[in-house]
Amino acid sequence: MTKLATAIDRTGAAFQTNDSHNRALVAQLRERAAHAALGGPEASRHRHASRGKLLPRERVERLLDPGSPFLEVAPLAAHGLYHNEAPGAGLITGIGRVCGREVMIVANDATVKGGAYFPLTVKKHLRAQEVAMQNHLPCVYLVDSGGANLPHQAEVFPDRDHFGRIFYNQARMSAAGIAQIACVMGSCTAGGAYVPAMSDETVIVRGQGTIFLGGPPLVKAATGEIISAEELGGADTHGRRSGVVDHVAEDDEHALTIVRSIVANLNSKKVVDLDLAEPREPAYDPEELYGIVPSDVRAPYDVREVIARIVDGSDFDEFKALYGTTLVTGFARIWGQPVAILANNGVLFSESALKGAHFIELACKRKIPLVFLQNISGFMVGGKYEAGGIAKDGAKLVTAVASAEVPKFTVLIGGSFGAGNYGMCGRAYSPRFLWTWPNSRISVMGGEQAASVLATVHRDAGKWTPAEEEAFKAPVRDKYETEGDPYFATGRLWDDGIIDPAQTRDVLGLSISAALNAPIPETRFGVFRM
Amino acid sequence: MIKSILVANRGEIARRIFRTARQMGIATVAVYSEPDADAPHAREADQAVLIGPAAARESYLVGDKIIAAAKATGAEAIHPGYGFLSENAEFAEAVVAAGLIWIGPPPSAIRAMGLKDAAKSLMDAAGVPVTPGYLGENQDEAHLKSQADRIGYPVLIKAVAGGGGKGMRKVEKAQDFATALTSCKREASASFGDDRVLLETYVTRPRHIEVQVFGDAHGAVVHLYERDCSLQRRHQKVIEEAPAPGMSDAARAAVTSAAVKAAQAVGYVGAGTVEFIADASEGLKPDRIWFMEMNTRLQVEHPVTEAVTGVDLVEWQIRVASGEPLPLTQDQIKLTGHAVEARLYAENPAGGFLPSIGTLEHFHLPDDLIRVDTGVEEGGEVSPFYDPMIAKLIAHAATREGASDLLAQACSEVEVWPVKTNAGFLARCLDHPDFIAGEVDTGFIEARLDALAAQPLPSEAALAAAATAVIMGEDRLTNEPASPWHELIGFRANAAPRDTVRLYLDGQGLDGSLSVEELTDNVLLTDDGEVVVFDAGEAFVLTRRPPVKDAAHAAGDGGVRAPMPGKVVAVSVAVGDKVTRGQPLLTLEAMKMEHALAAPYDGEVESLAVSVGDQVTEGSTLARLVAKDG
Repeated sequence: MTKLATAIDRTGAAFQTNDSHNRALVAQLRERAAHAALGGPEASRHRHASRGKLLPRERVERLLDPGSPFLEVAPLAAHGLYHNEAPGAGLITGIGRVCGREVMIVANDATVKGGAYFPLTVKKHLRAQEVAMQNHLPCVYLVDSGGANLPHQAEVFPDRDHFGRIFYNQARMSAAGIAQIACVMGSCTAGGAYVPAMSDETVIVRGQGTIFLGGPPLVKAATGEIISAEELGGADTHGRRSGVVDHVAEDDEHALTIVRSIVANLNSKKVVDLDLAEPREPAYDPEELYGIVPSDVRAPYDVREVIARIVDGSDFDEFKALYGTTLVTGFARIWGQPVAILANNGVLFSESALKGAHFIELACKRKIPLVFLQNISGFMVGGKYEAGGIAKDGAKLVTAVASAEVPKFTVLIGGSFGAGNYGMCGRAYSPRFLWTWPNSRISVMGGEQAASVLATVHRDAGKWTPAEEEAFKAPVRDKYETEGDPYFATGRLWDDGIIDPAQTRDVLGLSISAALNAPIPETRFGVFRM
Repeated sequence: MIKSILVANRGEIARRIFRTARQMGIATVAVYSEPDADAPHAREADQAVLIGPAAARESYLVGDKIIAAAKATGAEAIHPGYGFLSENAEFAEAVVAAGLIWIGPPPSAIRAMGLKDAAKSLMDAAGVPVTPGYLGENQDEAHLKSQADRIGYPVLIKAVAGGGGKGMRKVEKAQDFATALTSCKREASASFGDDRVLLETYVTRPRHIEVQVFGDAHGAVVHLYERDCSLQRRHQKVIEEAPAPGMSDAARAAVTSAAVKAAQAVGYVGAGTVEFIADASEGLKPDRIWFMEMNTRLQVEHPVTEAVTGVDLVEWQIRVASGEPLPLTQDQIKLTGHAVEARLYAENPAGGFLPSIGTLEHFHLPDDLIRVDTGVEEGGEVSPFYDPMIAKLIAHAATREGASDLLAQACSEVEVWPVKTNAGFLARCLDHPDFIAGEVDTGFIEARLDALAAQPLPSEAALAAAATAVIMGEDRLTNEPASPWHELIGFRANAAPRDTVRLYLDGQGLDGSLSVEELTDNVLLTDDGEVVVFDAGEAFVLTRRPPVKDAAHAAGDGGVRAPMPGKVVAVSVAVGDKVTRGQPLLTLEAMKMEHALAAPYDGEVESLAVSVGDQVTEGSTLARLVAKDG
């Protein structure tokens, strides 16, 4: 193993400027995360708790093993959307340990609009299921939701990746041996009723949980029958008569105890078929990343300084160090787990793309998880490069990334622009997890380039004064600035969450370990255009 | 000098006597009952003889078997310890008649002091001050009632042949007298085979002061100063100390000289204790201390006297029994510092002090700090057959404060599980400001019982220790050598780690901080998943999940169940009787104590499953009540 050297000047002005800039970004991130974690308005939370119900986050905590990490997925979903009335999109999703096993937890937050499903709630729920499916994580649904958000029904109900997909996923996962466990702790109405009904094993809380296709008002309207919610779909109805639930709990805590025992009885054991080692801390303090990562996303720096603060012992065995140097590739360990890292160190040339494709082939052959550290302005453009076949070389990299069946993990540590996003395993390439740093930017191209391109192709461009040109470009730049913001991205679930750079190693360590619940299949690559 | 001694006892006192015997080069013989076959006292002795089944009446109380054991093993002398046959004059005579040495007072002295009424008359005649009371032979209920009325209430009814708090009732008002008398006579009859009682005035602020005396066969009698045993619960001593706090020279002179006089009056030889009752309303006054009784044996609390005088009382007993003169004269016996003893009982203070039995799966006493006399060890059993006292903790220091501090610390470090003990209760008594101030009387515990008996919450440090143990003990269900899911404790992205572990004490959620870096040794993880943390003398049994509130159980089914195994000694109601809440339905005798089982609510007795004399198991339904309508 080769220990990476560091060349940073911890006392230099640039380091200090970056440090304070990035620390401010992290402080903002923590504040926004803390705010979203509160859930709905104070009054709703109080009302919820006054009924003897645990708050959703507390439900998750009590379900988890003591001391278990909780790797939350999309905690800032719906950030800046729905008038900011849906923190976390009214859903808590994440991976934690229950009875020693890593499970996916999906918990409705009834303090947010009664737990109703906004479009992004559906997207988040489906994303959590996707994570569970890809990584073979048993699913625990802590149900407390009034169902679809009716004003948004057109964006919630009909399409493939809408509400119905939740139950499709449940059936598919159940078939694949991925346990589906529902715990009904509140409402579970209409379509929502299928969450417990489609689960392998289901718990309901007496006096709290109700499951019915149509609630009392609908029943009355439809048939004239007058029936209470508890009688219609409460614990006794479903526990003793309908058989829709398997276990009746006296309260939230009891219900979670039952869920734990269900998980304990899954007869599953995580067996990792990788060459694992004892984890070692990096040789350099991860908090130095604050001083390393430039405050200007365009400023160049050596990505090995980042790798040195993520991998075990800062040991990194570089592959093809002298070739295609704008893409750094090499083998290392994160939390003892072998990884093959691809990290951008400048614009992608043909050589970098070829090197990347070769390296991915190695990783897939050896079944080593891939980690992409993405900071890419794109593939090189220009006559020489087009003629040199950068498109087909870039395609080789994209083919390799798309075909790779080893678990892939992507962290946006800087810019993510254009086709560079594809070659470096953007969202469309199904990395098991995609995390972003608070300094990152994502868009099809930079705001300035986009403004220039649009100005150039505008039919009136020839007649513009410099002031007129600027007046045209400014709103384009602003739009790209707004839409390239990581909070804009994470609010729309283009990623699994924004993370503190200093926690990258731990987040990746947990992500990789979670992914190792699923066996790593053989990779069969597509045709590489030669 | 005696060459071998048989100890006609068990537990800590047998071991304590063996210890001195071994130091003196004397061979030791133990006797044991069937359940005690593996008990430390039986194992430690040079020889051990089985003398019968569990019941003391068939083993430790059978003099013939003990004498036969002595004969069979060639023991020259018998030491009775305390309790059992220690104050049985017939046995003492039988021992002597068998040609063995009796390590105890002459049978005549035992007899003279054994019957309390006669003893008091004797003391009165000898010029020893006695309390007003009734000591007559007329045991007619009406006569006793009139005598009680004469003495005034509150009045104390005591079994004439009693001792150790058994067969004793305090009567607050005249209308309660008849019930108390019946109960007292029943207990006296059961415990001593003699249902006669005496009456005594009840001193308002009484303190229990006793004087250790020693006589030899050559007519010498000395005292070894006083002990204060005021901290009692239901007349059972809990904490004893020497010297008595607040004892003036004048009061000490009065009480010790009275004690020596009492011993001389009966020609006392060996170790004895003269008990006095003092009215502490205005401090200890020479003229407000009265003779109560004399215990013609080595007392449980003798170690505090040993600590402050430096005398090995057992050694003196053996020397005196061998015919030697007392090793020291009165002038040579000095009082040095202060000693306090706490009696560790296997009982549950928070559960009405019910005895607790079972296997001592975890048993640690702080014998590195202080003197510990115990008859049990880890892995041993606390059985329902004998006294629930499992150890004595004795601290000695230059001052009372120093000794009680040390003892409080020691009690705090007691770790016993799953058998419950009063260690935490003892620590709280010792730490109580009034105790520290020396403001003790025999009502001390009763007056503060709720605060002293209630189990407190575990300390933050204890919860932290438990939390850490839980984390360290988490299962690994994977083949990963160090999964981040295991190592990154409480990890949360973009937030501080969750650094607490939720545990439950009787359903109450408590959060233990994960601030402790290392495992501490005061935590046990049980096979049942419980987390036992030892703190302040308590064994807190924490669970990882809250207990289930089962509606069906909460409502109850009207069953009155035995809280422990025992024998039904009284059934006070019949099927069909209307009863009110709190009314006694049955009385159970277990662990040598009577336990009244009261009606949990107003209702009617639907069924009775037992009758007097039945042996019942813990949890068995004894009676069933239906709630009264309306």
